[in-house]
Amino acid sequence: MTIAETLSYSRVTTVGDFFALLKPRVMSLVIFTGLAGIIAAPGHVHPLTAFTALLCIALAAGASGALNMAYDSDIDGVMARTATRPIPMGHIAREEAMAFGWALSAFAVATMWLFVNWLAASLLAFTIFFYVVVYTLWLKRRTPQNIVIGGLAGALPPAIGWAAVTGNLGLAPTVLVAIIFMWTPPHFWALSLWRCDDYARAGVPMLPVVRGKRVTRRHILIYSLLLAPLGVVPAFIGLGGMLYLVLSAAMGLWLLLEAFATWREKDEVKEPAAKRLFAVSLLYVFVPFAALIVERLFHLPPLWA
Amino acid sequence: MDDDPFDPNSRAGRERRKRNIALALALGGLVILFFVMSIVQWHEHAGH
Repeated sequence: MTIAETLSYSRVTTVGDFFALLKPRVMSLVIFTGLAGIIAAPGHVHPLTAFTALLCIALAAGASGALNMAYDSDIDGVMARTATRPIPMGHIAREEAMAFGWALSAFAVATMWLFVNWLAASLLAFTIFFYVVVYTLWLKRRTPQNIVIGGLAGALPPAIGWAAVTGNLGLAPTVLVAIIFMWTPPHFWALSLWRCDDYARAGVPMLPVVRGKRVTRRHILIYSLLLAPLGVVPAFIGLGGMLYLVLSAAMGLWLLLEAFATWREKDEVKEPAAKRLFAVSLLYVFVPFAALIVERLFHLPPLWA
Repeated sequence: MDDDPFDPNSRAGRERRKRNIALALALGGLVILFFVMSIVQWHEHAGH
């Protein structure tokens, strides 16, 4: 009997169940990075166009989450972390979640195309396709590099926001995408270190399951070493100012210290260093992107114009 | 029966009503957004 079968009880589908399908915590991070892309982009759009772009990014992120939960409902029921999601609990039918997710995806892309621009809409459609088809259906159960490649889907929102304002892409949004892309592996591998048994039970080939914790710790350190210098690059390409430089450098240093502590960690049961790294990695995205937003809102100049 | 969805006072009936209200609010919000965005686009095109 799966964890979900033990916990589940029959009841009608509530509004909260549909809301949970949208993965609101993941969605909030996507909204935030998408907003950073919109605000950091040069040029001007009507505030309602910017709002519509952000709404479409949020809906697409939610739709991707719902589709991920629908296609992964079998393994979600086996893992303690995901067993209480609406589908394994029996609160929403898998087919219902699938219809909800695809309908929401189509709506988000069509609305972006109609009211924003074709580039932002195409990037949004690509993001949904990449997360659902490439990551969820193809990579997740096949390779320990699943989150490395699949991370591209979560990295694209700043570029979508940027494209919504400017109608094109360039070096600056590419660097923002690269930062989140490089951030994804240490973030999820830190989680997988203390959820290793969960992933092994579900048959998901996460790096610690396939190659062991020692290799995972080394990979976390390598990616963090690459991420820390990459994080300050926006300050040298005319995107970030002094505030961004100071905060991103400080956060990069903190992340590196935690990655180093995780590399040296001996407690393989509780994994305290990995838990700290996971928390710091969340801040790592939030703080520098918030700095970008603040600099734009207060018209603080970039370091290299 | 507390879980009879056809009884408006049952728990199931109340949840169904909440779902209907949420759906109506979401659809209403989208209609307003589409209406306002159409005006914004019309103004922007007229401006150019």
